[in-house]
Parts: sequence; C-alpha cells; structure tokens
Amino acid sequence: MDSSEEVVEQNSPAVPQRQASVKRRRAYAHTKLALVIISVIGVVAILVSFTLGHYYVSIPDVLAVISNAVFGTDIETAAVNNTVIMQVRLPRIVAALFIGAALASAGASYQGLFKNPMVSPDLLGASAGAGCGACLALLANGSNLEVQLAAFIGGIIAVSLTYAISAVVSRGSSMTLCLVLTGMVVAALFQAVITMSKFAADPNDRLPAITFWLMGSLATTQLADLPKLVIPTLVGVIPMILFRYQLNALSFGDEEARSLGANTRFIRLLFIVCATLVTSSAVAMVGMVGWVGLVIPHLARMIVGPNYKVLLPTSTLLGAVYLLIIDNLCRCLLAVELPLSVLTAVIGAPFFIYLLMRGRKTWA
Amino acid sequence: MNKFELKDITCGYKKTKVLTDVSFEMGAGESLVLLGPNGVGKTTLFKTMLGFLKPLGGTVEFDGEAIADWGPRKLAQKIGYVPQSHTPPFAYPVIDVVTMGRLSRIGAMASPSAHDEQVAYECLERLGVAHLADKLYTEVSGGERQMTLIARALAQEPEMLVMDEPTAALDYGNQVRVLNQVSRLVDEGLSVVMTTHFPDHAFLCATKVGLVTRTGIVVGPPEEIVTEESLRRTYGVDVRIVQRDTYDKGLLTGCIPIIEFTAGSCRCHRHTGCEGGCGSSSACSC
Repeated sequence: MDSSEEVVEQNSPAVPQRQASVKRRRAYAHTKLALVIISVIGVVAILVSFTLGHYYVSIPDVLAVISNAVFGTDIETAAVNNTVIMQVRLPRIVAALFIGAALASAGASYQGLFKNPMVSPDLLGASAGAGCGACLALLANGSNLEVQLAAFIGGIIAVSLTYAISAVVSRGSSMTLCLVLTGMVVAALFQAVITMSKFAADPNDRLPAITFWLMGSLATTQLADLPKLVIPTLVGVIPMILFRYQLNALSFGDEEARSLGANTRFIRLLFIVCATLVTSSAVAMVGMVGWVGLVIPHLARMIVGPNYKVLLPTSTLLGAVYLLIIDNLCRCLLAVELPLSVLTAVIGAPFFIYLLMRGRKTWA
Repeated sequence: MNKFELKDITCGYKKTKVLTDVSFEMGAGESLVLLGPNGVGKTTLFKTMLGFLKPLGGTVEFDGEAIADWGPRKLAQKIGYVPQSHTPPFAYPVIDVVTMGRLSRIGAMASPSAHDEQVAYECLERLGVAHLADKLYTEVSGGERQMTLIARALAQEPEMLVMDEPTAALDYGNQVRVLNQVSRLVDEGLSVVMTTHFPDHAFLCATKVGLVTRTGIVVGPPEEIVTEESLRRTYGVDVRIVQRDTYDKGLLTGCIPIIEFTAGSCRCHRHTGCEGGCGSSSACSC
C-alpha cells in the first residue's frame, strides 16, 4: 500500500506542472508577440508620419533620406525632401515618441508606487508644478531654455513639497494615502498659480503664449529642442526600467515589500525622482497633456498583465507609439492643427471608460 | 538558524512604550505561538521582531547578530514574513506572487529567471497547492490566498517564518489545512512564530507559547502557559482545558469556553446519550 501511494504522489504533481509550464510558455509567447506587434505598428507609424503633412513625401523618398542620413548612402532624392524630413518632421516624430514614452512610463510607475491603478503623473502635483514653473517663465518672457528649466524646477518643487508634507503628516506610518491626498492639495495650489499667471498676463502677447503652450503642440519643435527632452527622458526612464521588478513588491505595500527584501525607501525615492523628471521634461516640451499616463498603463496591463517585468517596457513602448499616432491625427484630422491635450482627452476619456467596463479584473 | 533571541526588548512608538522587558529565545525547528487579547501590543512586538520597528530598548538577535544592523535584503533571506492576506491592486497570477519571494535572492536590477520561477513552483507544490499557479491571486479563496503567501515566504528560502494570524478569516477546513502545513514545516526544521486568537492552536502546533498581557509576556511550553487560570486572567472568560486519549491519535488537548447556555435540552450527566428517552425514574434536578 505504501509503495502504491508513493507512486501516486510522485506522479500527480508532474501533471499540473506540465500543464502550468505549457500555460506559462503560452503567456510568454503572448507577451513577446504583443511586443513585436506594438514595435511593428510603431515602425510603420514612424514611416507613415514622415509622409504626412502639407508637403507629400513618398515612402521610397523617406527611406532614401533616412538611408542617406544614417548609412551615409548616396541615393538621389529632391533636396526639399531632405529638408522636410530632417528639419521639420524628424524632430516632431522624435519628440512625440519620447513624450509618450515619458508620460506612460511615469504613469505606470506611479500606479505601482502608490498601489493604485487610478493615479497618473498628475498625482503628486508633478505636472501641475511643471506647468506652473513654465507659466511663470512664459509670463516673464523667458527663453525656450528658461521655460524648460523652470518647468523642471516647478515639478521637483511640487513633488518635494508633496513628499515633505506627507512625511510630516503621516509621521512614519503608511505614507501612501497621505501622499495621494497631499498630491491633490499641492496640484490644486499650483493650478491656482497657473490661473493667476494667466490672469496677470498681457492679453495681447503673453496670455496667448501661455494658453497655447498649456494646450500643447509639437508644431514648432526643432532639432535643437530635442536634447532638452531626450536627455532627461533617457536619464529618467533607464533607471526605472532597470529597477522595474522591485515595483511589484511595492504594489503589495511597504511592509510586505520590505519583508520581501526590497529597499523600499531607496526604490520609492528613485521612482519618484525619475518619474517626476520625465514628466517635467515632457510638460516643459508640450504643456499639460493629460490622460496618456493613465490610459496607456491600463491598456498595457490588459495586453501583458500586471507584472512590471513586462508591464513597464510595454507601457513605455505603447505610450511612444500612441502619442505619435495622436500627434499625427492632430496635424492631419482638420485643416488647422488641433492641440494635443484636446485629442488625448477626447480619445483617452471614452477609451478609459471602455477599459473600465471590459477590463475590470485587471485592476479590481 | 540556531538561535533567535529577544533581549530585554522595549517596543512601542516614539513616546508610548507598549511592552517592556520582553526576553525569550527559540531554536531551530521550534514553533512559537503568540497569544493575547487585542490591543496589548502583539502586533507591535511582531513588527519589532521583523525589524519593521526599531526597538526602543534591547536587541533582537539572530544567531548572535542584531537584526537592526541588517538591510532588508539580508533580513528577507533569513526571516520570511506571512502577512494577513489582503487584496493587492493588481491581478497577478499566483505564480507571479510566489515568484516575488525570490526578490531577495536576485539582484536589485534583475528580474527572476526561469529557475526562480521553478523554485516558486516547487514551493506551491510543497504546500500541495500547485494547481493554483495559473489562477489570479485576486480571484482565489481566502484559504488559497493564505497558502500563496506562505509559498511566497518559503520561496525566500528563509530559516524562520513569521506569520500574522495565518488562520484569521479562514473557514474551519482551511484553518486546519493551514495549521497542518505549519506543523509540517516545523517538522522539516523551519522555525515558526505565529500569532493567533485561538488558544487551541497552542496545543495543535506549538513547542512554545508566549502569552502577551498588559503586564508583559510569559513564555514556556504550552501545557504550562495555557491553563484555565491563565486564560481566565488574560481574557476574563471561563475556559476548561479538555483532554481526551484517543487510540490512533494519542492524547488530544483543547480549550472549551464555558457559556451559560440554558435553552434547549438538559446537559447534566444523568441522561447523556439517551436524550431522556431511557425512562430512568431518577429525575433530573436541573
């Protein structure tokens, strides 16, 4: 009897294990396929984006110009193609990709950090602070660079303020709820300053500048603007991607994360600084574009699941592609260019409701 | 682990001392059950043992090293924590939750490998719940969630397991199943500390019991600590310790509270087993 029991015991675990690994392998294959599909869509979107606009450039011309620039080949093409693609469309496409990646990765990080799928870079006052800084710089007739710098300083001040106040209020016990609440308060405060600066602005000159900047547009992006966006975004996104697995533990709460061996204080600080940095640089570039940081992580979670090992890279990639497509719609949908923030909201809001309706189990 | 020791611990928050002069030690393969009414500082003591709270006085030592000097990583490799289960915001598959137990065994910038996932899977297997692996953690039952958390702590490959009311909020069958696994783990040489609200658990799976009261903590073998007298003093209720010798399972011990329940049938010995139908003329006087 003993021996027969042993046989059963040895055999029975093997069966579910094989089933599990098949299912897991299928899940991994699914994730890889999703990443490949998003990348392919991304590449196609980039190529198509080069052709879109008042001046038509064909795809072969686009490939020729890119090949000339990247591989140093000498394929014949009209000089005007070169100018349009390299001077006008390339900066815009790169900017859209980086802003989307920045906002989506920041949103996904904030959601894990605060154990709440309903938060976004607007939380902690990051975008309001950055917006406020940029507004004040615009009010003072600041240069492009000064606006960028002021936005980043504003974002960092807002987040530090949120963090410091909530640390005092919570007195060392669970900070999460305090952070969310303080973030809302600080955001409201900075919004008031934005409104005040619009009120005080010269209605003929400065007010339109501030208003249009807040609405967000990539129309005037130039090659020289890119480093101010690309460098801070890379500096922020790379550490987030490297430490991404730790976010899983943090989404279970501070104590559990610590008991699992995560250095919660360091990880929380790292992600707050990085996410704020990328949010500020995106806001400084294009104004307060909402919804991307909320919708994209949700969409990514529906596609690849909640594990940050794959969620954060997927969110980043998906955000980049999403904002590029939105920007293309902005410039091509109507005869005049639409502000970015209008389309992200018009597309983002109903899409988010749709996600909530069919994707409940991915977050509740 | 050879020795886990609390030396003259005073624990509490900044100005309020919750418990003072707590000292006890435990060795490998021992299981300590912490009993005590709500609000006497069980949780505070617990958090201090886990290093979440710095002790106000004294030291918590693990094999002679103060755990206050350890980082979270080393702590996690030595002590596994099984919290009370709650719903996380994201619907991770059970296997992903268990694999998170490997966090302290991989680099801070790494993600778990296939090997780590295999270890996690073996931990589920060890608890007999491998079939849960692909289910969503947010959708399994309370008992299964508790098993998942125990598996996650095992995936840390700790030398000691600390469990916060592992049977709370579980139905009777799951309570027994969890306790069964706990005593098996103790048999396998793991040290376990757990809190519970049921004095019975002390007899079921403890080699040592710590009774926490407002005046402090007393630690000793279950039979000495959990007595009718001590339970009356601690909880203010009347309890009988009942023992029954069974042929196949040895001497069983349990606690039965005395409840003055007068409705229904008479419970005096005279008519036990016959429900009054024996026709005995000796009238019951109760």
